[in-house]
Amino acid sequence: MNRYPIWKYLLVLTIVVLGLLYAAPNLFGESPAVQITTTKANLKVDQALLASTESILKQENIPVEALFLDATGVKARFANTDTQLKAKDVLQSRLGKDYVIALNLLSRSPEWLRSIGARPMYLGLDLRGGVHFLLQVDMKAALDQAAERYVGDFRSALRTGRLNYLGVSRDGQTVNIRFKDSESLQKAQKALEREYTDLTFKAQDRGDEKVLSAVLSEVAKKRIQDFALKQNIQTLHNRINELGVAEPVIQQQGLDRVVVQLPGVQDTAKAKEILGRTATLEIRMVDEDKSNAVNLENAAKGQVPFGTDFFTDRNGIPMLVKKNVVLTGDYITDAGPGMDNQSGGAVVHVNLDNRGARIFKQATRENVGKRMAILLIEKGQAEVVTAPVIREEIGGGRVQISGMANTREATDISLLLRSGALAAPMEIIEERTVGPSMGEANIERGMHSTMWGFVAISIFMIIYYMLFGSVSVLSLGINLLLLVALLSLLQATLTLPGIAAVALTLGMAIDANVLINERIREELRNGNTPQASIHAGYDRAFDTILDANVTTMIAGIALFALGTGPVKGFAVVHVLGILTSMFTAVVVSRSVVNLIYGYRRKISKLSIG
Amino acid sequence: MEFFKIKKDIPFMSYGRLTTTISLVTFLLSVFFLYSKGLHLGVDFTGGTMMEVSYPQAANLDSIRKSVDEIGLKDATVQNFGTSQDVLIRLPIKPGLSTAQLSENVLKALSATDPAVKLHRVEFVGPQVGQELYDKGALAMLFVCLGIMAYLAIRFEWRFAVAAVIANMHDVIIILGFFAFFQWEFNLTVLAAVLAVLGYSVNESVVVFDRVRENFRKMRKASVPEVINNAITRTMSRTIITHFSTELMVLSMLVFGGEVLHNFALALTIGILFGIYSSVLVASPIAMYLGVSRENLIGGGSRKRRQKSTHCLDRIEAAP
Repeated sequence: MNRYPIWKYLLVLTIVVLGLLYAAPNLFGESPAVQITTTKANLKVDQALLASTESILKQENIPVEALFLDATGVKARFANTDTQLKAKDVLQSRLGKDYVIALNLLSRSPEWLRSIGARPMYLGLDLRGGVHFLLQVDMKAALDQAAERYVGDFRSALRTGRLNYLGVSRDGQTVNIRFKDSESLQKAQKALEREYTDLTFKAQDRGDEKVLSAVLSEVAKKRIQDFALKQNIQTLHNRINELGVAEPVIQQQGLDRVVVQLPGVQDTAKAKEILGRTATLEIRMVDEDKSNAVNLENAAKGQVPFGTDFFTDRNGIPMLVKKNVVLTGDYITDAGPGMDNQSGGAVVHVNLDNRGARIFKQATRENVGKRMAILLIEKGQAEVVTAPVIREEIGGGRVQISGMANTREATDISLLLRSGALAAPMEIIEERTVGPSMGEANIERGMHSTMWGFVAISIFMIIYYMLFGSVSVLSLGINLLLLVALLSLLQATLTLPGIAAVALTLGMAIDANVLINERIREELRNGNTPQASIHAGYDRAFDTILDANVTTMIAGIALFALGTGPVKGFAVVHVLGILTSMFTAVVVSRSVVNLIYGYRRKISKLSIG
Repeated sequence: MEFFKIKKDIPFMSYGRLTTTISLVTFLLSVFFLYSKGLHLGVDFTGGTMMEVSYPQAANLDSIRKSVDEIGLKDATVQNFGTSQDVLIRLPIKPGLSTAQLSENVLKALSATDPAVKLHRVEFVGPQVGQELYDKGALAMLFVCLGIMAYLAIRFEWRFAVAAVIANMHDVIIILGFFAFFQWEFNLTVLAAVLAVLGYSVNESVVVFDRVRENFRKMRKASVPEVINNAITRTMSRTIITHFSTELMVLSMLVFGGEVLHNFALALTIGILFGIYSSVLVASPIAMYLGVSRENLIGGGSRKRRQKSTHCLDRIEAAP
C-alpha cells in the first residue's frame, strides 16, 4: 500500500536533477565583465567584432576568462575588477566611440550550463545596487503642445484658404478662432473640418464676435498621449545607451509612467542629468559654396569659415553647415521608416506640420541640388544625423529622406528624428538608490536569515520526529532547491523581501510535514498498523494541506496583482514557494518514506519520535 | 519526543466567553491606539525622501542636522540607524521644491563638512505615488479577505468563512495596534508581512475546521462543542509545532536580517503569536455562536469528496 509505481520515483528523481542543474549557476558566483554593444545602425555586433575584441585583448596582454557573443552583445569576463576596468579603457579607445562598452557582472558558470539556459537568479536593485526611477510624463503638457501646434496650423490654413478671421488663440487645450460674422465662421468651419478630422469643432456666439472652438477628440488625445509616451521611452533608451549600463530596464507603467532601472549605476546625479536632458533637432543648409577641399581641410584643423560650422556626418563625410537654422524639430509631427516606390531602397518618411511645411517648401525651392543637414543637438554638442541632397522643391509637408543603407538604419534615423527631444516633460516621482556595498550586505543578511532558520528548523524536526523529521528536512531542502531553480529559470527578480519570502515560505512549508507526521502519530495511537498509519497520515493530511495552501495562495496572488516594488518581489517568491512546497511536502517526502518503509514485510515500529 | 500527550479533550468551548472577551479587549485597545496615535507611516506611503548614509567613524548627528538646516530643510529628522556610524535622514515633502534634486543637495552639504560620508540608500517617493501605494495596500487587504471568504464558503460553509475572516482581521488589527503603540515604521515591506500573516493565519482556522468537519462525520453522537473541543485538542500539537518552526525562521530574520527586514520580522512575530490564539480561540467560538451544526456542514461538502473519504475510513478501520 505504501509503494509508488516506478514512474513516480523517476519523476521525482528527474525533477530533483533538473532542480540541481538549474539552481547550480547560483553557486558559481559572478565575475566582473564588460559588454560591447553599438548604438550605430551601420555597425553590427557579430563574429567579426568578437574576433577583433579577442585580438585586441590578446595584443594588450589582458587575460580574459571567457569571451562570447550572445543576443545582447559581445561579452568578456575577467578575473578581477582591475582587469575589467583596464579592458574597458583599452577596448573603448581601440574600438572607438561608436561602441558602448558597459561594465557588467557575469556568471562564472560553465559553458554547458549556459547552453541549457541555466542562469543565476536575477537580482533586484536592492541586492546588486543601482538606481530605480519612476517617471511621470506630463500628459497635460503634451496635449497643450499639440493644441499650440494647431494654433499655428489654423492660421496658415485660413490664410491659404483666404478666409477672414479676427484671431486664433489657445485656451488650455481648446483652440478658439474668432470671426466677425457667422458666414465666414461657417466657411472656415467647413474648410477646417475637412482637413482636421481629429478635431471636434463647435460654433459659439459671443455677442459681436462669433467664435469657433476646436477640441481634440478622445481618440486623438489618446493617440497623442501614446505617441508622447513612446517617444519619451525611445529618447530615454538612446540616452541610457550613452551611460553604458549593461542591463537597463525601461518600461511603460500604466498610461503615463515610465520605470527606469539602472543596475550598477552609482552616480545618480549624472543619471538624473542625462534622463532629464533636453535634446533639440535642427535642419540647416550645407554651405556648398564654401565646402571645397581646401576649406574642409582647414576647417578640420580648426579654421572654420565665417558663418558656418564644421561637422562630419555618421559616415565620416566632412561638411560645412550654415549657422542659420531653417527648421527645428518642433515642426516634425512624425517620422517613420519606409521603402522608396521607385528604387526600392530604404527611406525615412518625415511629416511636418503646416508651418514647417511652408518653410520647408520655400527652403527646398531655393536650394535644389544642395545638401540639407539634419542635426541633433544634445548638451550643446551637435551631430549631423544625415545630410541628404535636395532633388526638387518639396511641398505638402511630407518629406522622404533616401540613401539609407538598410531598413535598420532607416528605423534608427526615424527614431532619432522623432525622439531627439522629449515629447512631453517628465518628472521623477519615485527614486530608490542602493549602494553596491549595501546590496552585498543585503544579500548576506538574507542568506544568513534563511540559512540559520533552516538549520534551526532541521535540528528541531530531527529531534522531534526522528526519521520522519529527517525526511521532512530532506523534502524541505529539496523545496529550497526547486524554489531557487524555478526563480533562476523564470529569471524572476529577487529582492531582499524576496529572500525574506524564501525564508518565510520554508518556515510555512514545514507545516505540511508537521500535519502529516502528527497525523501518522495519531493513527498509530489509535492502534493502526505502521503501514496503514503512513497511508492514512498522508491521505488525510492532503485535503487539509490543499485548503491551507489555497488560502495562502489567495493572499500571495493579491499581493502580486496589487503590489509594486518590494511587495511584488515578495509575492512572486511566496506564490512559487507555495507551489514547490505542495510538491515536496506531499510527493517527495512520500516517495522517500515509501522507499524506506514501503518494501518491508514487517514493521514493528516507525521512527517518528 | 512528544510535547503534547493529551488524553482527554480540553473543553475550549466552555472558555469561549473568556477568550472572546480577552480578544475583544486587545482588539479594542488596538483600535484605540490606531485611532489615538495612528500608524507611523514610512516614506512609501507618505511620500518624502529617506537617505541612509554612513561615516567611517561615529557620526556627529548635530553637525549633520546643522548642514541639513543650512540648505533650508528645517523639517528633516536625523537619527542613528542600527549602528552609531549609520545615519538615517528623513525629509518630508515640500511643495514647490524639486524633490528629485533634494537628496543630491543634502549629500553635497554633508560631504562639504565631512567628505568621508558615504551614501548607502536613497528612497524618494512622490506624494501621488505614496497615496497610490496606500490605496493599493488597502485594496489588497480587502481582496485577500474577500478571496479567502469566498474560498472557505465554497469549501466549508459561510459560517466558517465569516468566523475565519473575523479571526484574521483581529490578528491584522492587533499587529497594526502594536505598530501604532510603539510607533514602529510601517512601510511596504511590513504591509507584505501583514498580508502574508492574513494568508498564513487562515491556515490555522482551516486545519481546525477541517477536523471539525471530519469529526461531525465520525462522532455522530457528540454535541457541537464536544466536536469542536476534540478538533482543537487533536490539532493543537500540530498548531504549536508549526508555528514554532515558522517562528524559528522569523527569529532568524529578526537576528540576521538587518534593519530592512527588522520590522517585517516583527510584524510576522506578532502575527504568528496572535495567529495561534485567534484561529483556535476566536474563530471556533465565533463559528459556534453563528450556529454551525452537523446538518449544514455535511450538506455543504461536495458529494464526491464525501464518498471518497468514507470509503477510505472503512478500509483503515478494517486494517488492524
